[in-house]
Amino acid sequence: MSDTNARLTEIVNANDVVLFMKGTPLFPQCGFSSRAIAILDHLGVEYASVDVLQDMEIRQGIKAFSDWPTIPQLYVKGEFVGGSDIMMEMFEAGELQALVAEVKQAG
Amino acid sequence: MAMAADQIEAMIRAALPDAEVAITDLAGDGDHYSAHVVSAAFAGKSRVAQHQLVYKALGGRMGGELHALQLTTAVPT
Repeated sequence: MSDTNARLTEIVNANDVVLFMKGTPLFPQCGFSSRAIAILDHLGVEYASVDVLQDMEIRQGIKAFSDWPTIPQLYVKGEFVGGSDIMMEMFEAGELQALVAEVKQAG
Repeated sequence: MAMAADQIEAMIRAALPDAEVAITDLAGDGDHYSAHVVSAAFAGKSRVAQHQLVYKALGGRMGGELHALQLTTAVPT
């Protein structure tokens, strides 16, 4: 379990923007993951993705790691941002654009 | 597997007694819901913390028994 947490810490620190999802950006396997990808693509930000369906350890581990029961999960700069509902709310409020703009500038 | 809308509402109200809960059965299949929850308990909390309060109210059913719950939260105005 702590090995999984170490892996997760490494993943979220190694990528400015990373989405834990079901499937891949080209072939999302769930409507919520698909919605999260659509938002990220619309923002035009570079992001990494992790397909939790390919790794049971990550799939279970990420839920405890974030204290969040569902997939997808978005991390920006090592911080948990939320799932697809929060991404949509933040996008509609312009907050996600602002968050990502910081990453784009820093990158 | 599925949960009834009034069961979801009752669980949220049990944890957040002041909550106004509006639930919509999105697909009419008793498995895909949206919920809008308004509670004073959300005041001063981040969106993540607000959603976590609702997920905790559902006692681990979210992501299991309850697959799809589109959630929005707000503080009473």
